[in-house]
Amino acid sequence: MPLWLDLLVRVVAVMVAFLVLPLVVGQAEHKVMAHMQGRVGPMYAGAFHGWAQLVADGVKFVQKEDIHPDGSDRTVFRLAPIVALFPYLVVILTIPLGPNGLVAQRLDIGLFLVLAILGFGVVAVLMSAWASANKYSLLGGLRGAAQLLGYELPLVLAAASVAMAAGTLSLPGIVEAWRPWWLIWQAPAGLVFFIAGLAEIRRPPFDMPIADSELVFGYMTEYTGLRFAFFLLAEYVGIIVIAGLTTVLFLGGWHGPFADQLGWLWTLLKVFALSFVIIWFRVTYPRLREDQLQRLCWLILVPVSLAQLVLTVAVKSLL
Amino acid sequence: MTIADVLMIALGAVAVGAGALVVTSTHLVRSGLYLVVSLGAIAGLYLVLGAELVAWVQVLVYVGAVVVLLLFAVMLTRAPIGPSTDLDRPIGPSALIGAGVGLGLAALFADAFRWIEYPRGAPGTAERVGAEIFGTWVLPFEVLSILLLSALVGAIVLSRPDVGRREVKPDDPRETTDRAKEEDEEVPA
Repeated sequence: MPLWLDLLVRVVAVMVAFLVLPLVVGQAEHKVMAHMQGRVGPMYAGAFHGWAQLVADGVKFVQKEDIHPDGSDRTVFRLAPIVALFPYLVVILTIPLGPNGLVAQRLDIGLFLVLAILGFGVVAVLMSAWASANKYSLLGGLRGAAQLLGYELPLVLAAASVAMAAGTLSLPGIVEAWRPWWLIWQAPAGLVFFIAGLAEIRRPPFDMPIADSELVFGYMTEYTGLRFAFFLLAEYVGIIVIAGLTTVLFLGGWHGPFADQLGWLWTLLKVFALSFVIIWFRVTYPRLREDQLQRLCWLILVPVSLAQLVLTVAVKSLL
Repeated sequence: MTIADVLMIALGAVAVGAGALVVTSTHLVRSGLYLVVSLGAIAGLYLVLGAELVAWVQVLVYVGAVVVLLLFAVMLTRAPIGPSTDLDRPIGPSALIGAGVGLGLAALFADAFRWIEYPRGAPGTAERVGAEIFGTWVLPFEVLSILLLSALVGAIVLSRPDVGRREVKPDDPRETTDRAKEEDEEVPA
């Protein structure tokens, strides 16, 4: 395959994944939440069980008026949704789907890149919060920044544990090195990573920065139309990214029966199973209060991930 | 000129331009955001030079943590939208120091390297950086770790008033006068 064709295929594949997967997760969220609450959810758009509901939502968002608050900083206000969405696009590039190089961009230090880029998301929260010129937005943004900075630590430590176990920072390399018994060995790190990841994408029960019952909608309060849709899209891509990273790092990515042919299917299956768990969490748990949130991070997740590092080193040196 | 040269010049221009905007902008928070751009461009420079790991460390530590902390602190205190006209920014001394350091460094480098062309070093992959740090440079690395650890402990001690406080007896005249004096000093004149 010539280089340009290879490049084109990869770019198109990533764009399709970026546009389709969040819609699937979004629709699943509508339906799963509805059924868990004894409703049926959207039923009319697209005739069959409301499958086109999110497409209709998208059309609605495009039609809405693009409003800036009076005292806002317009340039920063406009840039923030793009900055929120961009890091996830880069992260999707690096998540391996299947064996034999089925990944958009194979990088030697993919894990490090992913962690660095995910950390960049805080900037978008602060930008949107400050530029909105709204007290609720600012409060939400400050909560968000404190939460993201705090949970970054257990996230990185848990990822470091699995990188040490695999002896590489490359995401496909980690999946290749993965063995089924790692499910037990790396279980604490996996749990910590998943919970910290939930907090990083501000999903319930970690949605204190958004907290619609007290802060209107946090740092997104003033956004309308397409810009708001960007934030919403970022949230659903975030679900895919966190589920994908947990799959790749802790659940063995493409490993499963017939991995050589069906590896990509296993990865997708695990990603969707984890996305389902993320939606399930939203329906099940009430929102954590700010002090409970920080307590969970600093007194439980950080010590557990540090203990996991010691365990990883001990087992690794015994082998 | 190769593509790498062009990229070096472009990223360098972005870094210097954003850096200049950091100090000349009258918008407080925008200054912080320009700092993000400047540090990001420097990460790009590392990438062009083949120092992959250093580039991502730059993004993780400087863009993702240091600048965010800075913005966070500014927003907690005073971050008006729009220009702040009351900023105290003496332009003379800073321009002098900036221009002096810039010219001095440029002269030094021009004199040291002239037009010698050096072969490009091996790319700074994670493996190589790790081998260097834990091989040749292990002692400075460990010394720095201890320095960081002590700074961390110091920060905890400073931020927690219940650690290391002396018992204050109400009938001890020396202690109470000292405390009264301290409180007096804390009141801004």
